[in-house]
Amino acid sequence: MSAAVVTGIGVAVPNGMGKDDFWAAALRGESAIRTVQRFDVSSYPSKLAGEIAGFEPTDHLNGRLIPQTDRMTQVALAASDWALADAGVEPDTYDTTEMGVATSGASGGLEYGQRELDNLWGAGPDHVSVYMSFAWFYAVNSGQISIRHGMRGPAGVLVSDQAGGLDAVAQARRNIRKGTRLFLTGGVDSSFCPYGWVSRMSAGDVSTSEDPATAYLPFDERARGHVPGEGGAILVVEDADTARARGARPYGEIAGYGASCDAAAKHGGAPGLRRAIETALADAGAAPGDIGVVFADGSGSRADDRIEAEAIAGVFGPGAVPVTVPKTMTGRMNSGGAPADLAYALMSLREGVIPPTINVRTLAPGYEIDLVIGEPRPWQPGAALVLARGKGGFNSAMVLRAIA
Amino acid sequence: MRQITLRELQDVIRECAGEDESAQSLVDAANEPFDQLGYDSLALLETQARVRRDYGVDFSEADLSDIATPQEFLDFVNNLLMAAA
Amino acid sequence: MSGRRVVITGLGVVAPGGVGTKAFWQMITAGRTATRMITAFDTTGFRSRIAAEVDFDAEQLGLSHREIRRLDRAAQFALVATREAVTDSGLDAGRIDPTRTGVSIGCAVGCTCRLESEYLVLSDTSKEWVLDHNYADPHLYDYYMPGSLANEVAWEVNAQGPATMISAGCTSGLDSLGHAADLIREGAVDLMLAGGTDAPISPITVACFDAIKATSPRNDDAATALRPFDRTRNGFVLGEGSAMLVLEELESARARDAKIYAEITGFASRSNAYHMTGLKADGVELGAAVTSALDESQLPPDAIDYVNAHGTATKQNDRHETAAVKRSLGDHAYRIPMSSIKSMIGHSLGAVGSIEIAACALAIDQGVVPPTANLREPDPELDLDYVPLEAREAQLDHVLSVGSGFGGFQSAMVLARPGSAA
Repeated sequence: MSAAVVTGIGVAVPNGMGKDDFWAAALRGESAIRTVQRFDVSSYPSKLAGEIAGFEPTDHLNGRLIPQTDRMTQVALAASDWALADAGVEPDTYDTTEMGVATSGASGGLEYGQRELDNLWGAGPDHVSVYMSFAWFYAVNSGQISIRHGMRGPAGVLVSDQAGGLDAVAQARRNIRKGTRLFLTGGVDSSFCPYGWVSRMSAGDVSTSEDPATAYLPFDERARGHVPGEGGAILVVEDADTARARGARPYGEIAGYGASCDAAAKHGGAPGLRRAIETALADAGAAPGDIGVVFADGSGSRADDRIEAEAIAGVFGPGAVPVTVPKTMTGRMNSGGAPADLAYALMSLREGVIPPTINVRTLAPGYEIDLVIGEPRPWQPGAALVLARGKGGFNSAMVLRAIA
Repeated sequence: MRQITLRELQDVIRECAGEDESAQSLVDAANEPFDQLGYDSLALLETQARVRRDYGVDFSEADLSDIATPQEFLDFVNNLLMAAA
Repeated sequence: MSGRRVVITGLGVVAPGGVGTKAFWQMITAGRTATRMITAFDTTGFRSRIAAEVDFDAEQLGLSHREIRRLDRAAQFALVATREAVTDSGLDAGRIDPTRTGVSIGCAVGCTCRLESEYLVLSDTSKEWVLDHNYADPHLYDYYMPGSLANEVAWEVNAQGPATMISAGCTSGLDSLGHAADLIREGAVDLMLAGGTDAPISPITVACFDAIKATSPRNDDAATALRPFDRTRNGFVLGEGSAMLVLEELESARARDAKIYAEITGFASRSNAYHMTGLKADGVELGAAVTSALDESQLPPDAIDYVNAHGTATKQNDRHETAAVKRSLGDHAYRIPMSSIKSMIGHSLGAVGSIEIAACALAIDQGVVPPTANLREPDPELDLDYVPLEAREAQLDHVLSVGSGFGGFQSAMVLARPGSAA
């Protein structure tokens, strides 16, 4: 069965646009958390976010695409370009039918949607844009990416809150095993508009701190919620054999995947994160000792932090593996968070350095994890584990392995 | 009696469907088919809706499907405006 | 076929014209339509004022007051359909392994009904761009992130395996079943609650289809408005509903002596990479999806006994899919029936693919091909046997279902009668 390897990274996050900026900012521990600029947050209890600054859509996209795309689609399209350029895939390497797309969505193009709701209810039905029929909905990034790059293979969209990004990459791997040669996969999210903001706050765990240094502190004794972010990553995943044949230099292999759902929330019983981790390890043929770093979900909410810390300690042993949450620099990016974490993990595999968790100082009592705080840490690349959890009980885990 | 110009039509289409700097302007290419100028059926539908709202003239999808160039679009709208006057 | 196999052992349907599988099947085999004037909201000023609505009495259907308060309409449909499917399957809830049970639910527009109604409150009917968060419903987050639909189904059946919502526009209902079948085949799970749901009959969705003139404006004759393959067709009629299916690994199903409606033998997805809403007349990519699904089923084209069409009655779709079916099935396309049940239940976007697979499973089980309603003046360009007006008895060993969606998605699924698989 074909292995699936990542050959290109296109990443767009609040502290770095494009792989090089992204990684440099990660190693500097540079925070992008500040007061929301995109709309007026002054009346809201939560005011901080990680926003992408200075993204001018016309720098990246033909003007014709602008009226029909939400911001998150614009960023996703740019990221898809960067991913393919990074992978160095020559045109005509693959037939169009050998290339597919699988993205994760979470909140869709809600800024576009809020504007069109405004048009409808403020002015009337005939003021709704023709592009609304696709610009708002969750499928849009897969559709626009496949058109932009002429990819006529399988196409899919998976929506599982903040865990869906790993599910989409797993879908890419699944299809590569069935014969597709190349996939663009990942996710990008934004919905930085009043409706997106009010919706996020309604879940009760967006931080109300106005201090960027203490608003989002996963695993910390002071944890009090998270800070939202926008952005994500699009990756090029290829069949290992054909990638090798064309001279690609993969970042790593998608070696294992597992997913579970916490129906326990209603039915009682153990949360499913540990099982997702164990499934991913088994899928990778990896023992816990093979994992050299865990990129944690890092909810920032006490109950979820505890579950995650216990699951990690339970699988690996107390303090036995470095754990890090670089999204402390960017905020939680909905469907874009897990793909960005894959990008951090892949760069860690290539560079032999683990990016730090910022702002966290003291772990909450009983959390037996070795959190990489403050400074990047060198490691001997072998395999990395990426975790992603979604509200409602989604748990996904993915093992990435260095190419021998 | 209101008549619109090619330049005004160009402005409306650009607002509705975006602008491609590398493409020819409608004013210079009034007799080129819309699809050669990079404007698809959605762009024309959106423009038609704007024209309806801004100038008060309406026309059917059947009429729209007969319109292939900016000049034809302009003439069609101006004929409707003249008839309404 | 070698390896793990996937069968359908339970059906639950919430469709316009009748809640419950029995009412649904009766309606579509009788050729009756459920398209009518929209009652869900005041349609003054809208171009298309018709839809296929579900007469859904949530309390009477067993939803609790809390469920009704908490759940968007699409989630309510999915719960009712899930409950029926589980009952129908005869599964003993106490004997399933939750860790080997997952959920895959297709949905195109998520929780649009609640998002729109909440918007009106938060914005004070669009007077304010900066919404007043003090009015936010405590469950607003679940509408904002519609993966919550998958959570609700998982909680309902205590599924603790993989769960996700599949949102590929109008192919979501087919794609989510394909995804569920993949998970069973690869051994991640033995049981899936899989299907689709959508409740798009809300002003914003009606308006956006009005804008692209995709929906039929035949407001003076709602009952016959959706006319697939007909010369006078002028667009689809928006629908709503849900179908949830119990999918099981074959040996597990046999071990508990489950009734098996049909086996899912093949599924494929392709993209036309052409346009977000437009379709080329040649149907190449949909044809490729069909061919790939047939390959997975290890079947030649002439094994297919019936095609359940996408059949949305837009000028472009019916031409596109007729070309795709001819491409992929060759001359055999002329020898078999092909019908669109959207003619009767409307187009419920992310739900309809699953509702159509439920119809295919019943067609196989009952030996009846549902008709294409409203087909009175065939389009001379479209010359296949579209089963006009009346259902037909037929033994169906292998059935093909196809779908196309905004964003360029093209999907195909093949089902086999129990005992017929290659």
